[in-house]
Amino acid sequence: MNAPNQSRQPIDAAPILELKGITKRFPGVVALNNVDFDVRPGEVHALLGENGAGKSTLMKVLAGKHQANEGKITLGGEEMAFENPKHAKRAGVVLIHQEQSLVPEMTVAENIFLGSLPRKPFNRVDWRKLREDTNKILETLKCGFQHDDLVGSLSIAKKQMVEIGRALAFTPRVVVFDEPTASLTDHEKPVLYDVINSLCEQGVGIVYISHRMDEIFHLSHRISVLRDGEYTGTVNTADTNEDEITRMMIGRSLELDHASKPSDFGNNLLEVRNLSVKRVFENVSFNVRKGEIVGMYGLVGAGRSEVAETIFGLRTPSAGEVILDGEVVNFRSAHDAVASGVALVPEDRKDQGLILGMNCRDNMTLASLSSVSSMGFMTSSKEREVYDKYHQAMKIKTPSWRQKVGNLSGGNQQKIVIGKWLHTHPKLLILDEPTRGIDVGSKSEIHTLVKDLAKSGYAVLVISSEMPEVLGLSNRIIAMYDGRVTAEFDGDNVSEDELVQAITGMGRQAQAS
Amino acid sequence: MSFIKGFFRGRTSIQPIWVFVIALFIFFSFMSEYFLSFGNITNILVQTSTIGLVALGMTFVMINGNIDLSVGAILGLAASLAVGLQEVSMTLAILAALGSGILLGALNGFVVWKTGVNAFIVTLGAMLGVRGLIFLYTDEQSFFAMNFAFADFGTSTIGPFPVLAIIFLACALIMHLVLTRTGHGRNTFAVGGNPEASIDAGIRLGRHMMINFIIVGFFAALAGVLLASQMGAATPNLGRDYELWVITAVVLGGTKLTGGYGSIVGTLGGVLAIGILRNGMNLMQVPAFYVLVILGAILISVLIIDKKLNAPSAKEVRI
Repeated sequence: MNAPNQSRQPIDAAPILELKGITKRFPGVVALNNVDFDVRPGEVHALLGENGAGKSTLMKVLAGKHQANEGKITLGGEEMAFENPKHAKRAGVVLIHQEQSLVPEMTVAENIFLGSLPRKPFNRVDWRKLREDTNKILETLKCGFQHDDLVGSLSIAKKQMVEIGRALAFTPRVVVFDEPTASLTDHEKPVLYDVINSLCEQGVGIVYISHRMDEIFHLSHRISVLRDGEYTGTVNTADTNEDEITRMMIGRSLELDHASKPSDFGNNLLEVRNLSVKRVFENVSFNVRKGEIVGMYGLVGAGRSEVAETIFGLRTPSAGEVILDGEVVNFRSAHDAVASGVALVPEDRKDQGLILGMNCRDNMTLASLSSVSSMGFMTSSKEREVYDKYHQAMKIKTPSWRQKVGNLSGGNQQKIVIGKWLHTHPKLLILDEPTRGIDVGSKSEIHTLVKDLAKSGYAVLVISSEMPEVLGLSNRIIAMYDGRVTAEFDGDNVSEDELVQAITGMGRQAQAS
Repeated sequence: MSFIKGFFRGRTSIQPIWVFVIALFIFFSFMSEYFLSFGNITNILVQTSTIGLVALGMTFVMINGNIDLSVGAILGLAASLAVGLQEVSMTLAILAALGSGILLGALNGFVVWKTGVNAFIVTLGAMLGVRGLIFLYTDEQSFFAMNFAFADFGTSTIGPFPVLAIIFLACALIMHLVLTRTGHGRNTFAVGGNPEASIDAGIRLGRHMMINFIIVGFFAALAGVLLASQMGAATPNLGRDYELWVITAVVLGGTKLTGGYGSIVGTLGGVLAIGILRNGMNLMQVPAFYVLVILGAILISVLIIDKKLNAPSAKEVRI
């Protein structure tokens, strides 16, 4: 944890961007109530708040996607009223999206200058200028791809860099990063930090939204907090600590997840033997006992999710076997896996876990419709019972079961996915990045829930890129690197260094020498 | 009353199309003295039953995220078989007609499922191919029904109610219940809403897709048989452009082309809107071509209104 004196001192300058008294109402909801916010040139101003606190809305107002009902925006001393994102971009305010908005079939250069390709007479594209301009931007980003690479072929981290490159193309004055590290691994983050630092040196104001305290204390000069659409205050990073920020965010001290790890293990429930999928991962072997939480730690692309998908029957193994409860299963479809008591909470809630246009109740019963049906027809009352049960047990915050899940915050969405699987009464629960993009409150609730589930006899496999999560949850940790299991650790007796070595391949070299 | 409430409960809220249907109804009641009569209203139901039956199946396929352009051709083939095979046996003729719809629907579904080729393309091919089959089978001849029982059935009534209208409404009720109350119905929404998440939830996507293509194939064939019975004949070009009318009705009813959203109640509204407009303008002696122009304009404006009404609230408010 960073001591306060390591943080950066506040920058003393007149703000380049100022928002005053911003109020934004949606039908039935006040999303922002009289919020103040400003950014100074060359500073990183972190914006915090739980999911649903209004951060995204505030940034959308700033970037011209929404228009405020009240309040004013001043950029470089000039009052602005952004009518649309393009208008805001022209003025130098750029939002880097949480969800990437790139065209995978186009090249890096075309994506960076999407909508503003340099032109020659007769509206022809000036390819040479495009290439030169792109190369200039790629130089500042220092990332290993070329202007003519197809964006679809890049990793998530590199796509993020393209997204940033797009912001740079506008010679920005203020850049908003919305959860930029959500899909980055620990060793990819420094590249992003470098880019942010060099933007600061050029006098650009940075707004940085994140849930990760360590990043915020590492990067920011000042921190502002929103709670339920209200502005709760701004502090200098150097003068504060995590506890104070947390209090500001949730209005109380956080009940951190102090539940103990499970300790009572039964027989082997899952055994994976020499499992391989060609060109994806090789010779993966491990086991999970009843009542045990096993963490699978590794970088994005190490093959962790693919191992989970193979166990779950979504991929066909080229070799090896999956043994569940002493029986070789090698599922050929997810349907078979579910029927045998395996549940997978996928990495990507929105694409793989939920039907966003469906309501909460229907999503909850999706994987277990037969349990709420009689003679082929679903019983509304039984469905409600199931929904109410998990709604209460997991403290899901929704106005009603009729709410479409697409309108819920990430934490509540994830609880619905978990609820859906619990109702299939699985023996083995696989959680892939269970708390990605989720606010601190929900995160600790989910961690406690996972431990309770293991204590009640579930075998749990948790895949995560977050070291604190893996260390906090797991009885044992399996480290993966480049499609192989590199090491297995006791979850209570492992150092962070050992873990980092194992997932970056350094451990193997050490062993070899 | 509670029955009606129950019918509308679930995922159906009041849809814009029903407001429109009621408005049309009131409008034509004032514009034409012949409109508001029991005879005319049952007449509308009979006139729309053909498109309506196919639209019931199409609703399932479209909620599922697919589309079926071959329904008009399947309808034509079923009509020809139902009339053409009558000399062999009445029962055989009807079974062959319905069977051809089920079979072709299954084939469409199977190809879409196993090859992953877009349903638009697969059923476009089927539309051309099946129409060709009709010409092969009929030798470009129209068939006339010699069996009077068959020819009378299409115009018969039970009490004051025309049989075709009863069949259509009964099928609509059944399909509404299947869509809202069964696992197959729910999974149809799920697969259309997010195929990947559905597979991950253990839903057997291919099975549901095939069942839905079979449903629409069956309804297209049923509509073909009933239409042939109504006309006492089948022509090789029967059912041409029907796929477009059916899709228009379904889309008017609020079902999304992208899948995951829609309802039978909405489709019923869409079918009735088209039926009432055609019937009402006919009574007002508006020339037929104007009817097409007006229908086209209405289709687009209903969708614009729907988009305006639904766009901001659903997406932007986060709780």
